[in-house]
Amino acid sequence: MVKEILNIENLFVEYSNIRGKVKAVRGVNLKLYKGENLALIGESGSGKTTLGTAIIRLLPSSGYIKEGRIVYKGNGNEYDISKFNEKDLRQFRWKEIAMVFQSALNSFNPVLKVWDQIYDTAKAHGINNRSFVRERAISLLRYVQLDPERVINSYPHELSGGMRQRVLIAMSLLLEPKILILDEPTTALDILTQRNIIELLRIIKADMGLSMIFISHDLSLAAELADRVAVMYAGAIVELGSVEDIFYRPKHPYTLGLIKAVPTVTAGFRELYSIPGSPPDLINLSPGCKFSPRCEYKISACEKDEPTLVEVGPDHFVACIRHKEINNGR
Amino acid sequence: MEDRAIIQLDHVSKSFTVRSGIFGGRKHMQVIGDLSLSIGKGEVLCLVGESGCGKTTTGKLIVGLIRPTSGRILFEGKDIWSMHNEEFKNYRKAVQIIHQDPYSSLNPVHRVYNILSAPLFRHGIVKNRSEAEEKVLELLDRVDLTPPRDFIYKYPHQLSGGQRQRVAIARSLTLNPKFIVADEAVSMLDVSIRLSIIELLRRLKEEMNVTFLFITHDLAMAKYFGWEGRIAVMYLGRIVEIGPTPRVIENPLHPYTKALLMAIPEADPQVTRNKKPMQLRSLDIPSLLNLPPGCSFNPRCPFWIEGTCDREVPDMYEPEKNHYVSCFLFKGK
Amino acid sequence: MKTREILRRIFWEPLVIISRDKAGLIGFIFLLFILLLSFIGPYFIKLDTEVKLDRIYQFPSREHILGTDNQGRDIFSQIVNGGRDVIIVAFLAALISTLIAVSLGSLSAYAGGFTDTVIMFITEIILTIPQFPLLAVLAAFVRLTNTTMLAFIIGFLGWPALARAIRSQVLSIKERDYIEAARVLDLGRAHIIFSEILPNMLSYIVISLIMAMTGAVYSQVGLIILGLVPFYGHNWGLMIQLAWTRGAIFYKGSIFYILSPIIAIALFQWSAVTFTRSLEGIFNPRLRAGE
Ligand SMILES: Nc1ncnc2c1ncn2[C@@H]1O[C@H](COP(=O)(O)OP(=O)(O)OP(=O)(O)O)[C@@H](O)[C@H]1O
Ligand SMILES: Nc1ncnc2c1ncn2[C@@H]1O[C@H](COP(=O)(O)OP(=O)(O)OP(=O)(O)O)[C@@H](O)[C@H]1O
Ligand code: SF4
Ligand code: SF4
Ligand SMILES: [Mg+2]
Ligand SMILES: [Mg+2]
Repeated sequence: MVKEILNIENLFVEYSNIRGKVKAVRGVNLKLYKGENLALIGESGSGKTTLGTAIIRLLPSSGYIKEGRIVYKGNGNEYDISKFNEKDLRQFRWKEIAMVFQSALNSFNPVLKVWDQIYDTAKAHGINNRSFVRERAISLLRYVQLDPERVINSYPHELSGGMRQRVLIAMSLLLEPKILILDEPTTALDILTQRNIIELLRIIKADMGLSMIFISHDLSLAAELADRVAVMYAGAIVELGSVEDIFYRPKHPYTLGLIKAVPTVTAGFRELYSIPGSPPDLINLSPGCKFSPRCEYKISACEKDEPTLVEVGPDHFVACIRHKEINNGR
Repeated sequence: MEDRAIIQLDHVSKSFTVRSGIFGGRKHMQVIGDLSLSIGKGEVLCLVGESGCGKTTTGKLIVGLIRPTSGRILFEGKDIWSMHNEEFKNYRKAVQIIHQDPYSSLNPVHRVYNILSAPLFRHGIVKNRSEAEEKVLELLDRVDLTPPRDFIYKYPHQLSGGQRQRVAIARSLTLNPKFIVADEAVSMLDVSIRLSIIELLRRLKEEMNVTFLFITHDLAMAKYFGWEGRIAVMYLGRIVEIGPTPRVIENPLHPYTKALLMAIPEADPQVTRNKKPMQLRSLDIPSLLNLPPGCSFNPRCPFWIEGTCDREVPDMYEPEKNHYVSCFLFKGK
Repeated sequence: MKTREILRRIFWEPLVIISRDKAGLIGFIFLLFILLLSFIGPYFIKLDTEVKLDRIYQFPSREHILGTDNQGRDIFSQIVNGGRDVIIVAFLAALISTLIAVSLGSLSAYAGGFTDTVIMFITEIILTIPQFPLLAVLAAFVRLTNTTMLAFIIGFLGWPALARAIRSQVLSIKERDYIEAARVLDLGRAHIIFSEILPNMLSYIVISLIMAMTGAVYSQVGLIILGLVPFYGHNWGLMIQLAWTRGAIFYKGSIFYILSPIIAIALFQWSAVTFTRSLEGIFNPRLRAGE
């Protein structure tokens, strides 16, 4: 029953800048199943956005896929997205996979009305039928609980942050993609607005049955919406599992640290703990486990080879040589 | 409590002049309306509320960066804007601020040493370079930048976000303050680093007996840092609820506070997926230029009382000891 | 800090940074070359003033690298000796306009209110008057007896645009959190302006100074060519004017006479502008720290 729709195999992405090569994604293996919500969490600079933009091949000019495959399995065929040329990509982006970008709230062109931006997006992907786009846009805007006539004729600055985020989500659904990638969809929004966007995403998921990838440094978004969670650290996935596994039975010291670092409001007090130190420089990476300088479970073997993901339970993978000893005991 | 107050706001209002539209005239936008508040020595007061509700403005008013349009701000009982020079200088030294963004709060052209020694020299705390160096090392040690010698000659861009925030905290300590406004001091930092900065602030509070105004939009952080203190909930420039932290969290009174607590996503799947968010009447936050009459929450409040809530501004009621709320539902209770 | 450390920071680090950007490096080398030629050169190559009727309009040769002029004098020696005054006037003028622009611009932004309104009003007025005609008119009335005078006139008219730019920069830096922190720490107005705001604008100011220099070169040469500044000394502008008025363009052989000063000026301008590219790096601590 669970069919995979996307399979990322041994993916490496780098950026080159003056100081050297930033190894932003290192050897990621990840599957996305049909109709599931996958959350990608990890701290700033861990490579979440890079992985997301690599999937739809919209890396900035200094970034490139160094190695690996991104296999998309749609309508009975398999395609390797990493090999697509510009023409293939135009056929593919937004129709099969769409993305709502981080800080896209500010990426609207301030002098264009919402309608023009929607139509430009559609045109860029080969859809020139004005009335079709308009009809679809109006029904989508209504669907995301906006007043379509008003919004479509507004300039971006006339809309609040939450409204803009909803417009962006509506735009991403324009061409009925099978996969939707959302990069920090609730960051910088107010709590009541966040809740509203979360509910909206739930509805979209239920109605359209698409697969979603949420990128966020905010654990609560994953707790709200994810079926499975992938934890990234220094460009690699260090733990992957169901949302219950990750939140209640984490087996990687970093995941454990993250979860223990976040206070909750209504769940009473739990023992909090902060991870010392800061993440490594992605240009000069030392060998061994990249988390070792901050890890309280570190032993000398940790600094030798980088641990790879091993299955520790059904569909639960951890990259830590001492995973057996990590117990949350919550 | 009153006589032990270190900072008091006495019916403070603040308006900004803004242009509306390109050709539109100037308008007065009231950002803070009739705010009265008293913060006791050694207390932690958490100011929570959503973006744009006036938290930073309140903080800036307290540290004297901006002047109130009306009302008085008292430091140890004296109105700061009618102080003598000498008194004002003392107040300036005693009340410090930690900014939200550690990337813009440190001047990129200066090294850590210069950032921390400038106030020391200016106020005659140190006389020469070796004294300054010693004092700076001590400050760095105090904020856990150890070994301090590794940090003293670094430029801000050579430090991580958390380290910069520690430098900013060290700078706020240079003049031995009595009161610190921490304006979203951790919200720009990574989840994994936030807690250690909070712990540092907590330790400083205990060691140096500093009073804190802890500004945040994150109720969980407020709860964590200010459990022994009080929480004030702000909405559109007014405090709608204020009380001891455990009471506000466990027994929120104001509909807005309730809505926030019911809506807040939390890092625990079972808890967060079982939330039943309050159905608000509207999602739109009214513009400060066009505030609704009466209780400013009334266009969104599911409990509004027609004819009352949209006509009059509710007073502060005290349905529970030291727990105040500005909502007609509690009138006479 | 030890002397060696200071020397390293003043001389060595900037050189390393300059060497990183190729175009900037080439600009720097050419600029250095022109400066050496114009300021040290005259001690070795004396201005050839001797009229040699048998050598009129000669093409370049080993003896005269750039050929000779309408009276048989060596052009190269004129180029070598004609740069100093142009550069000095340009530098002085640029210094004056930058000084005025920085003081008025930052005062205007920092003080705000009435002071701001007045300063900006004056700035607007000077800006709306077309610069070159005004210069021409002024030059016709004021007796330009020496180079300093010329520099002052050009300098006093050249500041408004820069002042406006400086004002808006100060306005934006003024809002940064570290300025707020400095105010709360009571570090004083002087400290805030000179130690917090201006260092952040240093690269901008120095680059503007160089750009102002190139502007001043044009104004100056233009005035000389139009004959609005009385002949004095010897300089590139005068060379062009002489080559022009002596009908040089009609003689095929005169091409080197008229082209040499034009190229010298163009080269100076180009290398100065290109060099500014490296300056950004020198003042940016992020690049300085060698990262
Ligand atoms: N255009 C770029 N050029 C060079 N390096 C880059 C570029 N974009 C990102 N990087 C680097 O790649 C690494 C991963 O960045 P990425 O944006 O993917 O992280 P992220 O997990 O999305 O972080 P955040 O939570 O801050 O958005 C970082 O070290 C970052 O500095
Ligand atoms: N100098 C100013 N001029 C005009 N309006 C201002 C000024 N400073 C603040 N405001 C306005 O006052 C309101 C309150 O701003 P303030 O920064 O105090 O909010 P805040 O609660 O700190 O929000 P955030 O959580 O986003 O930091 C906002 O609408 C803001 O746009
Ligand atoms: S491999 Fe070692 S250093 Fe890495 S997370 Fe596991 S215990 Fe820690
Ligand atoms: S006063 Fe009325 S509108 Fe305001 S919060 Fe209370 S019940 Fe709601
Ligand atoms: Mg990102
Ligand atoms: Mg704020």
